[in-house]
Amino acid sequence: MAVDLPDNVLITRLDELVSWCRKNSLWPMPFATACCGIELMATGASRHDLARFGAEVFRFSPRQCDLMIVAGRVVMKMLPVLQRIWMQMHEPKWCISMGACASTGGVFDTYCVVQGIDRFLPVDMYAPGCPPRPEQLIQTIIDLQEKIQSEGTMFGREFEDPERQRPKMALRLEGRKEAAELAQRRGTP
Amino acid sequence: MSTQETVKSLSQAFGPLPASHFRGQTRVVVPVDRLHEVLKFLKEGRGFDFLVDITCVDYLYYRDAVDRFGLVYLVANTATNERITIRALVNDPDPEAPSVVDLWRGADWMEREVWDLFGVRFTGHPDLRRILLPDEFSAFPLRKDYPLQGRGERHNFPVITRAES
Ligand code: SF4
Repeated sequence: MAVDLPDNVLITRLDELVSWCRKNSLWPMPFATACCGIELMATGASRHDLARFGAEVFRFSPRQCDLMIVAGRVVMKMLPVLQRIWMQMHEPKWCISMGACASTGGVFDTYCVVQGIDRFLPVDMYAPGCPPRPEQLIQTIIDLQEKIQSEGTMFGREFEDPERQRPKMALRLEGRKEAAELAQRRGTP
Repeated sequence: MSTQETVKSLSQAFGPLPASHFRGQTRVVVPVDRLHEVLKFLKEGRGFDFLVDITCVDYLYYRDAVDRFGLVYLVANTATNERITIRALVNDPDPEAPSVVDLWRGADWMEREVWDLFGVRFTGHPDLRRILLPDEFSAFPLRKDYPLQGRGERHNFPVITRAES
């Protein structure tokens, strides 16, 4: 049965449409703890103008946000706070780990700095750099938009893949190994 | 020079105390059991009304060092702009020093910081809790025998997966 459609009507799937709306209206939650935060502010300011990509509305309440940008090192005292804020955000939500520190601990390989937030939180995109330039963060957001579009947001397809639910198992195992090694070396300088 | 007078008056009141000068700074080492008296004397007798800082040095593995910890008190006289450093050496186990919160209220957080990072206990402190590290932290990380990368504290968190959050 053929349906006669006028030329100005498009047909798509609902999920595609919803994802298209959502990806172009990301509301970032700025979790800026260090120098990367300055670059994050520059990204939101007029010269680089994050509004061109629909992500300019920074909100300081996790209830109003769907994109957490972790910009800066996270220390062990801050990590429970970060986890709580992440839990308080509503689905669908995404996380960008911005900079070397948030992604790996960076040069701060010390007792108090968490060696990558992805050991304890799901992270969708990483922005490399120390600090990443605003262009780079914008590119990360564009890549994230692509990911949102291809993954869909209505049916929770990101939960289908069991691997994605435990995304950084390898890293976490390595972390445990490291912890065990350190415990062995305990007491030696 | 008034700093020399201060040192002289200190040794008149407390007997000879080892003092040294370096680049215009004067340092006096006092035994820890007289520390409170000396600081009280400086504050009430010599007008050192401002406690600039309390900090600590760990001399473990330090060449020729005999004592483990050196407590450093920087005091200043805001009227004459005179400054003096008082050091007291404390040792393992249970390094302890008298609290000076009763002399300078501002010593409260400084002593808590030294306790937090070096584990030097200040007797008579009204509220000796950790100040920077989380309460459940069990080590004193600025001690030289504490490994730089910690003892796994930074890995000791629950993992939140996407399905759980
Ligand atoms: S990655 Fe570099 S710029 Fe970013 S928080 Fe770490 S040290 Fe600062």
